[in-house]
This record gives sequence, structure tokens and C-alpha cells, in this order.
Amino acid sequence: MARSSNVTRRGFITSVMAFAGSIMGVVVGLPIIGYLISPALNGAKTDAWVPVGKLDNYPPNVPTQFSFTRTKVNGWEKTVNSYSVYVLRGDGDKIKVLSTVCTHLGCRVSYSKDSDTYACPCHDARFSREGVVLSGPPPRPMDQYETKMDNGTLFIRVLAS
Amino acid sequence: MISKRVFPWLDERLGLTTIYKTTLDRMVPKVNWWFTLGSATLFLFVMQLVTGIMLSVYYVPSPDKAYDSIEYIMTGVAFGWLIRGIHHWGATLMVITVFIHMLRVFFYAAYKYPREITWTTGVFLLLATLGMGFTGYLLPWYQNAYCATPAGTSIAGRVPRIGDFILRALRGGSDLSAVTLARFFSAHIWMLPAVIIALIGVHLYLVIRLGISSVPKEND
Repeated sequence: MARSSNVTRRGFITSVMAFAGSIMGVVVGLPIIGYLISPALNGAKTDAWVPVGKLDNYPPNVPTQFSFTRTKVNGWEKTVNSYSVYVLRGDGDKIKVLSTVCTHLGCRVSYSKDSDTYACPCHDARFSREGVVLSGPPPRPMDQYETKMDNGTLFIRVLAS
Repeated sequence: MISKRVFPWLDERLGLTTIYKTTLDRMVPKVNWWFTLGSATLFLFVMQLVTGIMLSVYYVPSPDKAYDSIEYIMTGVAFGWLIRGIHHWGATLMVITVFIHMLRVFFYAAYKYPREITWTTGVFLLLATLGMGFTGYLLPWYQNAYCATPAGTSIAGRVPRIGDFILRALRGGSDLSAVTLARFFSAHIWMLPAVIIALIGVHLYLVIRLGISSVPKEND
């Protein structure tokens, strides 16, 4: 033990205790940090392709309403959100799926066959069958969903809110 | 090293060396491993405090959400199983260490003059620890808890004359209900911990002030 004079017994024990203590601190501290920030890490936005039925169900050139619900789980709580869309099957394979949420202040618009327009009950806005603003305060056309066909079934892409 | 300048400055004002010398460098008689159980209990209590505070981040003391929130802690939160596991097993272990600590003091007759108050506060600490176990057991609001609490509280109900009143005071009504869960939660995270922390303060002060008793010898 030539070098033993450099390290005192007390100093050695102090360093070992400090080292062991730091490891214990990390082993306990990291899980606690992970535990606390866990919901932030899981909270990334997810989107889903929602089936809205066979394309044949939708008559051409007539906006047809389709409603569905999606369940969102926040921790121990489940929230059911209801969605409503208008599916417009144009000539050929042209498909438009419009959100019923008015682009002005978020009221629900409804289609009227007689006037062939969507009317918003809140501020009397009107949209054409294709979703273009005809009158009223909305700043932009009705929002559209991304669509895809799979084996004759129409899907829309819903971004989880 | 900056600590060579900072530490003396702080020490002069805060008396850190004095605190260190009186609490950790104090003289103790030659004793055995049974004398470590008080420190072990203190360590477990700190663990329960830390993990308990962590559990309160996600736990909800309401009958319709209590079990769901614990299920979320166990399956949905990173290391939730670990935090709750430590709290669950730490509780059991703490009752054991408290009890053996008491037996050590009893069989070594360490409760005698001048340590009667240390012993008395220790008795109340034991009761408070059991109270923590009893109130904590209800909180998950699952079948075991739902069965144990009526049984435990009805023991108090057997007290002559005032038994029924005690029972209703414990349950917050005649039956186990949302009110019971809420008051057990309050007792578990506020009242009993406050009592325990205060009693630990007195207990430790006395241990340091009076010193610990040595192992009794043949002629003691």
C-alpha cells in the first residue's frame, strides 16, 4: 500500500458515500421526473382515418350528412366528441367532405335542399354546395377533410383535438 | 474552490457545524443493529412522504374516479407502478419497523427515566402510523378497501354509549360513501402527516437531547 498515505480513511468513506448517494439520487430522481412529465410526452396529437361508409351510399351531387363520435381519453377521463360532416359526391370520382363547423365562429351549418346552400344559424352565413362563401361573415370556405378510398369505403382523416 | 470561502461565511451565520456536531457527531454508547430501526423508520417515512406527494399528482379521491385514476397511475404514467409500489410496500414495511423499534425499546427498558416523553410520543407515532395504514387502505376504492373499512370502523362502533357516534363521525354518515373517501383522504394526506411530523420533531429532539440508552447489562 504505497499510496495509502494520500487517501485517509475518512476521506475514502466520504467519497464512497458521496458516490453512492449520487447514484441513489439519480436512480430515485429520474423516475420521479419521468413520472411528472409523462402526460406531456404522451400528449402528442394523433390523427385517425375514420370510415364514413360505402361510397355507394352517397347519392351524386347531393350533400349528405354523416355523424360519428370519437372518444378521447385524458388520463382517467373519457370525453366523447361528436363530429358531423357533409359528403358531396361530385361527377366521376370527385369527393368532397366538408366540416359542418362554420368557419366564422364555429356554429353548425346545415344544408337546405330548397336553396341548395348551407346556412349557419348564428349569423345567417351562406355557403354554396361546394362550400364557398356566398354571403355573411365567414373568412374562408368550409373546411374540407382529407379523403381516401379503400375497397369501396370512404375514409376521412380526423385530426384529434 | 469557492466553497472554501462560501461555507465559512454561511457557517458563521447559520451555525451549520454546530447542527452537524449535535445531530450527527453526537456521542453514542456501543450498541447493536436493533438500534438502527428508528432511523430506518424515519427513512421509510421520508420515502412515504415523497412517493405520497407524487401519487397525489394523479390520484382523485372520488368514488367514480379513484380506481380509474390509480389504474392510470399503474398503466398510463411512466414509473407510476414504481412510485405506487414503493408507497404500498413502504407502508407495510414501516408498520413492521415501527413495531420492532417499539419492541427493542421495550425489551431494553429504554423507555425509563428520563425518556418517558420519548416513549409517549413514540406510542402516538405508532398509532398515527397505523392510522395512516388504515386510511390509506381505503383510497384505491377497490373491493379489499371497500370491505376493510366498514369492518375497521365498526370496531370503533362497539365503544359503549358513544360507539355509534364515533362510527358515524369516522364514516361521515352511517354508511361508507363518497364522504368517507374524502375524509379518509384528508386524514391520510393532511391531518395524520401533520401529527406525525410534529411528533417526529419532538421524538428526535429528545433523542438528541437525552442521548440513547445503552444495552442493559447483567446488573442493570
